[in-house]
Amino acid sequence: MLFSDSHILSTILFTPMVGAILMLFIPRERPDLHRWMGNIFGILGLLVSLPLLWRFNSAMNAPRFQFVTDSLWIRSIGAHFTLGIDGLSFLLVMLTTVLGPIAILSSWSAIQKREKEYYILLLLLQTGMLGVFMSLDFVLFYVFWEVMLVPMYFLIAVWGSERRLYAAIKFFLYTLAGSVLMLLAILAIYYYRGTFDIREILMHPFTAQYGWLQKWLFWGFFFAFAIKVPMFPFHTWLPDAHTEAPTAGSVILAGVLLKMGTYGFLRFSVPMFPDATVKYRWIIIVLSLIGIVYGALVCMMQKDMKRLIAYSSVSHMGFCTLGIFALTPLGLSGSIIQQINHGISTGALFLIVGVLYERRHTRLISEFGGLSTPMPNFAAVYLIVTLSSLGMPLLNGFIGEFTILRGVFEVSWQWAAWGVLGVILGAAYLLWLYQRVMFGNITNPANEHLPDLNAREYATLLPLVALAFWIGIYPKPLFDVLDKPVHELVERVHPGYYSAPALTPRAAAEAEAPISMALPAKVPLAKAPLVPSSTSSPAEVR
Amino acid sequence: MLQVPWQDVFEQTRRDFVFILPETVLACFGLGTLLLDFFLMKGEKSWNSLTAMVGVIMSGASLVVMLRGMGGQSYSAFGNSIIIDPFFIFFGFIFLASTALVILISVKYMEIEREQHGEYYALMLFATVGMMFLACGNDLIVLFVALETMALSFYVLTGFLRRDRKSNEAAMKYVLMGAFSSGILAYGFSILYGISGSTNLQVIATAVAERTSRFGHGDVLTILALGTVAAGVFFKIAAVPFHQWAPDVYEGAPTPISAYVSVASKAASFALLLRLFLTVFWPVNLDWVVVMEAVAVLSLTLGTLAALNQSNIKRLLAYSSITQVGYILLGLVAAVNPDGTLHQRGLQAMAFYLFVYAFFNTGAFAIVILLRHKGVIGDDIDDLNGLIQRNPGAAVLMLIFLLSLAGIPPTAGFFAKLLVFWALIETGHTYLAVLSVLYILPAVYYYFRLVAAMWVRESTDPVRPVISIAQKFALAAMAIVTLAAGIFPEQFLRLATYSLLAPFGR
Repeated sequence: MLFSDSHILSTILFTPMVGAILMLFIPRERPDLHRWMGNIFGILGLLVSLPLLWRFNSAMNAPRFQFVTDSLWIRSIGAHFTLGIDGLSFLLVMLTTVLGPIAILSSWSAIQKREKEYYILLLLLQTGMLGVFMSLDFVLFYVFWEVMLVPMYFLIAVWGSERRLYAAIKFFLYTLAGSVLMLLAILAIYYYRGTFDIREILMHPFTAQYGWLQKWLFWGFFFAFAIKVPMFPFHTWLPDAHTEAPTAGSVILAGVLLKMGTYGFLRFSVPMFPDATVKYRWIIIVLSLIGIVYGALVCMMQKDMKRLIAYSSVSHMGFCTLGIFALTPLGLSGSIIQQINHGISTGALFLIVGVLYERRHTRLISEFGGLSTPMPNFAAVYLIVTLSSLGMPLLNGFIGEFTILRGVFEVSWQWAAWGVLGVILGAAYLLWLYQRVMFGNITNPANEHLPDLNAREYATLLPLVALAFWIGIYPKPLFDVLDKPVHELVERVHPGYYSAPALTPRAAAEAEAPISMALPAKVPLAKAPLVPSSTSSPAEVR
Repeated sequence: MLQVPWQDVFEQTRRDFVFILPETVLACFGLGTLLLDFFLMKGEKSWNSLTAMVGVIMSGASLVVMLRGMGGQSYSAFGNSIIIDPFFIFFGFIFLASTALVILISVKYMEIEREQHGEYYALMLFATVGMMFLACGNDLIVLFVALETMALSFYVLTGFLRRDRKSNEAAMKYVLMGAFSSGILAYGFSILYGISGSTNLQVIATAVAERTSRFGHGDVLTILALGTVAAGVFFKIAAVPFHQWAPDVYEGAPTPISAYVSVASKAASFALLLRLFLTVFWPVNLDWVVVMEAVAVLSLTLGTLAALNQSNIKRLLAYSSITQVGYILLGLVAAVNPDGTLHQRGLQAMAFYLFVYAFFNTGAFAIVILLRHKGVIGDDIDDLNGLIQRNPGAAVLMLIFLLSLAGIPPTAGFFAKLLVFWALIETGHTYLAVLSVLYILPAVYYYFRLVAAMWVRESTDPVRPVISIAQKFALAAMAIVTLAAGIFPEQFLRLATYSLLAPFGR
């Protein structure tokens, strides 16, 4: 194995942090130097992650986790510093390293106070998020999961708009509420398994034989992820946080932070508690559907552009959870691709609001109108982004939503029908927003001479537009990467799903019930002691 | 004719005094500080801190020598009335470290208060002597005298700002309540003596075990002794419902002494608690675990509720330290398995918690001290406003300490709480784990009121706090320990395990 293979993840993880530490030593009186440092390390973070693109092996027979680094961290409690990625985390890591520099670049002129702390916190946030997606040890995962709350709190609280303090602490407390319960679930897992190694626990899931335990653990994890996604009715922190955060904060929040929730579902909830997942999935599906429709309806009523996009996130992330808990190959891979799409499209939408906000210092829709005349190029980019977000064919959103809906349709056409309603409403509110902001006559004289996009704004938006087209036209590489993780997930919840030959979608839906009923009859795992050995754990303490 | 083996007696006495070398050094330096104080001019009084500091360092050095010589064994001295074991060494280091930190952060503060006296440092050393004996005492008399030595010094220190009414009032409250609790504790001790006819802890432990096996768990005398001793100790650690003195004392006392009371005196009282409950009352552990549970939950609840809307930082930290006591007590709850055997992770959690708590809690008080300047007490939340602009280093450090108090990684407080929750789950106290983990949320809320003041609000006070070299040194030490124990806790965990499991690991 090449040297870089075992260290590439550590490099990606710590590059932003190194930048943050270096910036500590630059005096705060030199804001431009901080801007440069922030951007350089943002770009550097992207550059060091690029080798993953051709080094990552997406073949079915490749090892499940690649580029694994494993070293002992805290011997007394058996925690390791373990990093590794599979197809799922690979895509999310790439999304993070792409959105990171874009968010940093977008702040160049928007942030005009306390630049030093701002860029340090953004870089630390980047490390925290990457750590969440890379960790293969529960303690490490949890540390990153919580650490990243602190910089985000400050981004909202210091550089946000009027109600920023309220929004920041609300964000912090909501997400923390879920995560502390997850901490207990993690400790309980250790109690039964004697390890924090995620790979080990993935290999021996908590199946139906664990009775109430697997159910409690499932719910322990559920709240952490449901709040993060956020699923209806845990979503109320999101509109506040999004609206009050600075542009870069919103981009990161929507683009990456929300994906931690869905990542958690895919990495922990579904494969570790497959039977509980199957048992309770109807609850999550119902919540997702409510989220899709409710989020879209609420969007219609918003007066604030950022708030509208925030609620659209509730709707779009509802699609992602819907796809996950359809538990079909198409639903799962569609969901993951939709997560990437949401990062790209919603990230771009927030950038667009940021562009307008920098020019007019307002986000109220009624303040705008007819902007396509003074800002034609902006209008074009905004249109592409809008279409990508509402799922226009040839653009990325279509691929994700279509795949999810097909996957869901295999299970139940009613669910898919509600989902389609969400797509229609999505088109309605996004286009209506576009119409109110861009078309018509210029009603407000302040809008008459708005400058069009400048080079820096092009640099933030065009990469996202290019990605939107690429995923929309040729998504095969993404599906290839996801093949293996999705295959494993489906095999876990529906053993024998793939080996049943020539199963038409309809037959699969019909066959589903008996399969899930047959689950409890599985052979007990030899390596999974049901009764905790209380004698062994104190021995490890010593 | 009675032949006195003088040779043996001398040998024995010489050996005994070696074992109390750390305390002897401290006492000598305390007296020395008082003496040297006479030779110092009015402007030179801060040199007293140097004398005291040298005393602490020498005492620490003698602890190190003892630690290297003992090889994990326990030794007893003075007719088995004190025990020298890793437990003592561990707590000795906590006491000395917090004393050293408090001395470092005191100098400038006492100068501003214009109360720079040798007695201040001497009393701190005497208090430390009391704490050290509290950790090594193996005899009720020794323990009681040690406790009173510590408590009396603290009463005086609390009222050290003679011209400040609040300080006087705090001292008065502390004395009255303290005397009351000492009375209760002494009553408990007398019952223990009545049960066993001895003041030696091992003898009492045997007697209590015997009584328990003879009369079962409902034995009135044992329960009475348990209740009174527990009440006395709960007062000292400021656990609900014996906490009422804490907020007033913390608010009125000179800020370094607030830190000292909340850290060192608490650690010492926990040492007493552990010594008594892990030896004397161990046979009835299933009975006292229930009491501990109740007190811990009450402390968590009341401390949290009261801290939510404090506008005074010192009061807020007082209530927050009541919740911290709740978490530490939960560690003790989790040290007992449902079948009455010892669960090691609970003890480990407790020791780790006490150790790191000494650093980050003192740190939070140290930042409050920085805010003290002419005309501003610095203990109002608004005094923190805009600290990031006025002194970024102090704001970052305060953030680290507050995160640690709240239990957010990557700080020591996170691992301390993690261990407590973990031990609770392993001993089947799942409901306690859920309850206590949820109390982190309000804690984050009230700690982040301070953070928001420092980082978000605009400054109302143009004065930039200046940090003296001594304070810088202390702050650096506290921040390094807080972060190091939060990122690489392995060494700290081993230390905690070694010191508590060697004497009590049964």
